[in-house]
Amino acid sequence: MISLHTPIQESALRTLKVGDAVTISGTIFTGRDAVHKYLHEGGQLPPEVKLQGGVIYHCGPVVMQDATGGYKVTAAGPTTSIREEPYQAAIIKEFGLRGVIGKGGMGEKTLNACKEYGCVYFHAIGGAAQVLAECVKKVRNVYMLEKFGSPEAIWELEVENFPVFVTMDAQGNSLHQSVFNASQAALLDRV
Amino acid sequence: MNELFVSLVELIRVTSAEIPADVHRAILHSLEQEKKGTIAESAMKIIDQNIALAKRKSQPICQDTGSIIFYVDCPVGFDQITFEETARDAVKEATKKGFLRQNSVDSLNGKNDGTNVGPGSPVIHFHQHRHNSIEVRLVLKGGGCENVGAQYSLPNEKLKANRDLDGCRKVILDAVLQAQGKGCGPGILGVCIGGDRATGYEYSKQQFLRVLDDSNPMEELDKLEKDITKTANELGIGPMGFGGKTTLLGTKITASNRLPASFFVSISYMCWAYRRQGISLAPAGSLEKWLY
Repeated sequence: MISLHTPIQESALRTLKVGDAVTISGTIFTGRDAVHKYLHEGGQLPPEVKLQGGVIYHCGPVVMQDATGGYKVTAAGPTTSIREEPYQAAIIKEFGLRGVIGKGGMGEKTLNACKEYGCVYFHAIGGAAQVLAECVKKVRNVYMLEKFGSPEAIWELEVENFPVFVTMDAQGNSLHQSVFNASQAALLDRV
Repeated sequence: MNELFVSLVELIRVTSAEIPADVHRAILHSLEQEKKGTIAESAMKIIDQNIALAKRKSQPICQDTGSIIFYVDCPVGFDQITFEETARDAVKEATKKGFLRQNSVDSLNGKNDGTNVGPGSPVIHFHQHRHNSIEVRLVLKGGGCENVGAQYSLPNEKLKANRDLDGCRKVILDAVLQAQGKGCGPGILGVCIGGDRATGYEYSKQQFLRVLDDSNPMEELDKLEKDITKTANELGIGPMGFGGKTTLLGTKITASNRLPASFFVSISYMCWAYRRQGISLAPAGSLEKWLY
């Protein structure tokens, strides 16, 4: 198991390879469909959202508010990443993202951006909302809640030992591509 | 407080937080199958931990608490309007309590009013029968798995799928191939052969009301169900598409008549976080027993 802490250094990230089990600690930002489309259309983030060199998490959590107004994440698994494929590469480039956490993997454009700019795709376990919510120690802030609604807002989270698996590394390898090719060949033998 | 309201909130809570026993057994079996030390095994371990944690904390198994689909079997004369109003209130309450995510978005302006109630949400299917029992089943189906559902029109030249059971087999297996990774496997397929475009998907989803270890009463469909599951598990897609042994936990297939001109095969995919529960109700709405 490899432990990483944000901000993740490019040198550490370049040594990661497909199949590595990693835990992430530190600050991450959620961002999914609405945020990616917004950025693609030239929308500006609030200055407090410091994505530079950061990690974005494709996630729409369940968040409860207590009597004092504080937030608690009560369910927080990943959403399917491929929907952000049209936008992700440009965002990796613009913000120098070091990590994208999601599920299901992404396509060639993102894979190429990971290699060129030094970013890794970390696969969290889809549906494991409780195991992953346990790793969220604190909600630091929320942005664009009114505009996008709770699941699509940008939640700034402090996480500890958040378990993920490298499925697209910064050397151009994609587990998703290799499993797809092998399974497609296996299926051809069986139909 | 209204007994029906209380029963429906409890049905939503349990459906969201607790995996049905038949699904849990299948997941444990698949955990045993995966090769030790692989990331497929790690994924299944995390899934198993998550199931236990969600139940203990009474919190959603998955943060995407999904489309809210009620199936109500009721006697003649049952007040469907009151049921529907109460179900909408129960959904709002369950959302306030965090059993459901604020999950319903206006498709035109993108607004989410945070209630989960609006046009098309929740979905309620009523079915009358000639005895007195009232049974309410609930399926919560997440968006990730809904997105990988597929509908094929036969013949399909690219897949060399003709208008017969072998053609059905080819397109169903293609759907498994295409869904990999995205739909949170190991998954479960609900399939309808025939019907029109709307009823095909509708009946494919209704297959998720069956338990995983049942048998299809139609012999040729039972055979096809077992063959699809077995073949899919030979493809090496595995949990979360990481590579591995279990791609599907099960396949459930029904058939519906079609027009001579149409031959649809509609495939709904259910993720491992297979949220399905049911209750039978006393006439006043109190909960009598759990159905799964």
